[in-house]
Amino acid sequence: MLRYIGRRLLYMLLSLFLIITATFFLMRAAPGGPFSGEKKLPPEIEKNLNEYYGLDRPWYSQYFDYLVSVAKWDFGPSFKYKGQTVNDLISDGFPVSFFLGMEALLIAVSIGILLGIIAALNHNKWQDYGAMVFAVLGISVPSFIMASVLQYFLAIKLHLFPVARWESLQHTVLPALALAATPMAFIARLTRSSMLEVLSNDYIRTAKAKGLSRGQITVKHAIRNALLPVVTYLGPLSAGILTGSFVIEKIFGIPGLGSHFVLSISNRDYTVIMGVTVFYSILLLASVLLVDIAYGFIDPRIKLAGGKKGE
Amino acid sequence: MQQIPKEMFQPAAAELGEAEKISRPSLSYWKDVAIRFRKNKLAMFGLVLLVLLVFMAIFGPHMTKYDYATNDLMNTNQPPSSKHWFGTDDLGRDVFARTWYGARISLFIGLAAALIDLLIGVLWGGISGLRGGRTDEVMMRIADILWAVPYLLLVIILMVVLGQGLGTMILAMTITGWINMARIVRGQVLQLKSQEYVLASQTLGASTSRIMFKHLIPNAMGPILVTLTLSIPSAIFTEAFLSYLGLGVPQPLASWGTMASDGVQAMQYYPWRLFFPATFICLTIFAFNVVGDGLRDALDPRLRK
Repeated sequence: MLRYIGRRLLYMLLSLFLIITATFFLMRAAPGGPFSGEKKLPPEIEKNLNEYYGLDRPWYSQYFDYLVSVAKWDFGPSFKYKGQTVNDLISDGFPVSFFLGMEALLIAVSIGILLGIIAALNHNKWQDYGAMVFAVLGISVPSFIMASVLQYFLAIKLHLFPVARWESLQHTVLPALALAATPMAFIARLTRSSMLEVLSNDYIRTAKAKGLSRGQITVKHAIRNALLPVVTYLGPLSAGILTGSFVIEKIFGIPGLGSHFVLSISNRDYTVIMGVTVFYSILLLASVLLVDIAYGFIDPRIKLAGGKKGE
Repeated sequence: MQQIPKEMFQPAAAELGEAEKISRPSLSYWKDVAIRFRKNKLAMFGLVLLVLLVFMAIFGPHMTKYDYATNDLMNTNQPPSSKHWFGTDDLGRDVFARTWYGARISLFIGLAAALIDLLIGVLWGGISGLRGGRTDEVMMRIADILWAVPYLLLVIILMVVLGQGLGTMILAMTITGWINMARIVRGQVLQLKSQEYVLASQTLGASTSRIMFKHLIPNAMGPILVTLTLSIPSAIFTEAFLSYLGLGVPQPLASWGTMASDGVQAMQYYPWRLFFPATFICLTIFAFNVVGDGLRDALDPRLRK
């Protein structure tokens, strides 16, 4: 187990190194320097700025510095907002995004699993078809369309929820729902198919023969095994929710890291784009690793490579 | 022991004809798949929808006398009418023409990205699986490391650096998009390459590439086809997402994504500008998804009745 985790950590670091290197050189190759704007700066000022940010030094020295500072959890300054660093933006926006993401995750997982189980238990009945139509809808509608439509009908027309902004728990409901829609649909489909497969297994028949009630079989035997694929989906799910938040935060005017990121894309604020990308990558790689390790603990059938015998 | 007279033994009439008769018509694998796919109503509906959408993408722009890029500032934001069937947008451009022109671009992006993924994925996965050993180890490690890179983040960064455009978008999508296909092909090849017919072919002196393209790939066609069908809608999805972030195809080109993200801003006052592109995005993604699911079910011999 420890050896497995160690090896995975090594690959994670390799991937991360690749990401940092790629973003660093891509951002250098990007058209326009950090200070090119509407007005041309006087050459002296530009020279001073370049010196201040270390842009006058050769690329390998800048690259090495960047690697060192990322290792120290310092993502550098923003070139567009004076006096703001990427770390400021992260500590400012990330808690909001994290809260929103967690709420969406909770909605997606709980309702998705529930729908999937209901559909599987009523296979080929109206509940099944209903849940699956719902799921196909969730998969077919891009999140920004879903969010705008929800906002228009539930907030602007029916006044059920606030239209935008980030103030109370009420404000979080619509964005979290919009963010959860697509992953919820995926989870519902995944749960349904794995539940159907589990229900056709012999040990379920044994449990029935033993005289267990339907509820006991479902809860004690079927669900526990059927949920394993859903656990593996948690890694991609967190990626989906994270990237989905860019769009959702923009639509609902939420001051999270996602909207900072989108703004920095339209401003071409390269250090912010680079820093946030690296930050998100660390987050995602770590969550995927956690999910995989958790999976090894949950599913006794899986023996992680390199594990001891009999473990 | 009782004596049994010989007369009691009578030869049973040999009804060879009956026993050898094949009661069901003989079917090749793909014929069987086609029959089962046709029985799946939802998948057939999706297929018909796709045919219609492609038809409209080809002929739609010619059905109206308006052009997708011509501004008409006297007639901006007109609701749907007999003149402009889907209304006009903020520059007076005909939404009907733009929708079907956009269909071409969105479908082209989806198909092109999926086909490039297919090409790279089949080669990479096929070579990796067939060679095995060190080659496999190295090739799959590279794929693993690239796989860990968050897909949409990479696409966004590439679009920022390369600039907006049709080609750059497809390039950005395919740069790590092929890995999924490569993994599936590799899994199939690993499973198939120990089959006897591959051994027989090797004994007859067939070259590696012949084994790959004549034996392994045709037999792995099912999962490849399903993955291909399901990767098209995800490319269309990505296109819409990028358009909303302002990284879509540049004006005056229209894609469903750019039209929908423009339409979102104007939804309250001119809902038709969102309604038409959004509906067709959803229909297309829906159609590809049900066709893909239908194919997967039809290809799975366990579900045969």
